[in-house]
Amino acid sequence: MPSEAEHAFLQFDQVKKSYDQKTLVVKGFDLDVDRGEFITLLGPSGSGKSTVLMMLAGFEGVTSGDIRVENKSITRTAPYKRNIGMVFQNYALFPHMTIAENLAYPLQVRKMAKPDVKDRVNEYLRLIEMPEFGGRYPGQLSGGQRQRVALARALIFEPSLILMDEPLGALDKKLREQMQYEITRLHEQLGFTVIYVTHDQTEALSMSSRIAVFNDGVVQQCAAPAELYERPKNAFVADFIGENNFIPGTVSAIDGAEAKVAIPGGEIIAVAGDGLVVGQKCVVSVRPEKLFIQPTSHAYDNEVTAAHVTHHYVGDFIRYYFRFADGTEINLKVLNDLAAPNFSAGQEGKLAWLKKDCIAFPA
Amino acid sequence: MMKHLPAYYTIWHILGYYGLRLTAYLVLGFLMLPILIIVPLSFNVEPYFSFTQGMLRLDPDAYSLRWYEAIFTDQRWTLSIRNSFFVGALAAILATVLGTIAAVGLSSPVMPAKRLITALLLSPMIVPLIIIAAGMFFFYTGFGLVGSFTGLVMAHAVLGVPFVIITVTATLTGFDRSLFHAGVSMGASPLKVFWDVVIPLIRPGVISGGLFAFVTSFDEVVVVLFLAGPEQRTIPRQMFSGLREQINPTILAVATLLIVISVALLVTLEILRRRSERLRGEAF
Ligand SMILES: Nc1ncnc2c1ncn2[C@@H]1O[C@H](COP(=O)(O)OP(=O)(O)OP(=O)(O)O)[C@@H](O)[C@H]1O
Ligand SMILES: [Mg+2]
Repeated sequence: MPSEAEHAFLQFDQVKKSYDQKTLVVKGFDLDVDRGEFITLLGPSGSGKSTVLMMLAGFEGVTSGDIRVENKSITRTAPYKRNIGMVFQNYALFPHMTIAENLAYPLQVRKMAKPDVKDRVNEYLRLIEMPEFGGRYPGQLSGGQRQRVALARALIFEPSLILMDEPLGALDKKLREQMQYEITRLHEQLGFTVIYVTHDQTEALSMSSRIAVFNDGVVQQCAAPAELYERPKNAFVADFIGENNFIPGTVSAIDGAEAKVAIPGGEIIAVAGDGLVVGQKCVVSVRPEKLFIQPTSHAYDNEVTAAHVTHHYVGDFIRYYFRFADGTEINLKVLNDLAAPNFSAGQEGKLAWLKKDCIAFPA
Repeated sequence: MMKHLPAYYTIWHILGYYGLRLTAYLVLGFLMLPILIIVPLSFNVEPYFSFTQGMLRLDPDAYSLRWYEAIFTDQRWTLSIRNSFFVGALAAILATVLGTIAAVGLSSPVMPAKRLITALLLSPMIVPLIIIAAGMFFFYTGFGLVGSFTGLVMAHAVLGVPFVIITVTATLTGFDRSLFHAGVSMGASPLKVFWDVVIPLIRPGVISGGLFAFVTSFDEVVVVLFLAGPEQRTIPRQMFSGLREQINPTILAVATLLIVISVALLVTLEILRRRSERLRGEAF
């Protein structure tokens, strides 16, 4: 028997789920989560994120595989005995109870003494900075306030694990940023473990300790935000996180971690992605902000030629569009300063970048 | 008066507009007058079903409360009033409990054969009453339930269940299932969440369904004719025989009382409906 310390706090072990006994919605989900981590499940709509959360909460059964908390399987534990807090996109506050009654509900269920309940409710109302709202009904609060109450209600019984399914999906941009800050603050202050679902990548990048990028029922990559952004494991992740250019090419040589790739505008050196072989067709991903227009004072390893198409003035930067001889388009961002070059349509330019800023994935 | 009509209206539009209003009022009158006419006639001092000269002159002496007195002094009437309330209340309670449970079950996404079961449960509303009554008569005979309160209450509960199912299902369609999940995730058993969260939120539908069930039993006569003995005689049954045996305005007085009760119930329903709308409005 391995010792306690060798096990992650929460483990998904080859979890599979099928609703109709025919197609798998989640195909072998593996994830180890440490205590206190903020894990985000990020993926396109229908990729099975909510399904994973529902299985963890116990509202959906696991078709096969196992979910363990502190090395104990919970797949046969009733949902109301799992002690997992949940925050829903539509708040799910009980409309017929006041805010204080909503917050007190999980404590009453646990048969906490009345005076203690009152103290705890007041403490959490202060924690979400809404001390004077206890007597109001959910219908009398704004969206952001409701979500803060929902958060407090999920935290108040001190579950070790909190699940949030797109909790900020119904809020506008400004309120969302405010609530992101609020959730991060509470997470740091109280140290609970979070499994968070979103399809907003900026939200995922700014809040999470690790992000599991989900597609088609499998985790494509699970890594810290910076790693995910700088070293995507495959073309899907590269495309899904942030912006990327994809240039088709052919691998002409591989030298350790580097690959020589022939692309329409010239020959370049790129980081070799997993499974790349010589002679293979591939796509080279390079982010718009890593590209420079010649002449540049930045260091560079690769230089290609392309024709200018157009440029868009965005404000703090200008976005230039270029086209290679084969028609592949590529765009780059240039800071809006005096050095921003002028181009006319069709004029040729030279684009340069570092070899470590581009990755060649098998096509 | 005509100011609010659109400026482009021709004489034909205007004629059509007022013609439609007139027709609507005529139809309304046709529907309401037979009911309203009963009210003044029930105060007739004479034992007739028509307006006397005195009544038309609004002579106070032409009016009296004697038929109302008659209701409360005649044993047959007091018995039938008591029976009606007793059977109605028990049938409504039974129908409300069963109907609510059925509606909750039918609203679950995993319920199989939903349509078939709904159709079966609602059938007492659609199948002609006389057929149900005859069927029940033969069926209940086998269990010795004909001529008993138990049998009558059960029969009326069956008639009331569809109303409860319909009203409760309507409130449940607006019910957000994540409320249920939220309650369970906080550690409450499904039964406790049902009691603490689901029931309070669907209460308006439950109560109005119960009232409908009560009214259904209260004015039901066909099943009573088949199943009730003299002991179980209800108000409609008593009115029915009163109409043939002892023609006097007592039944008009009873009818007036029933109108008052119906209006009171309708007002209650409306208040409940508004309350539920408000609650649901606040939920989002
Ligand atoms: N109760 C259900 N019965 C059958 N299929 C379902 C059920 N719930 C979800 N699915 C299917 O499972 C797949 C994954 O759904 P899920 O809700 O987990 O996606 P998601 O990643 O949360 O998407 P979104 O970002 O849109 O919320 C979808 O194809 C969906 O149609
Ligand atoms: Mg979802």
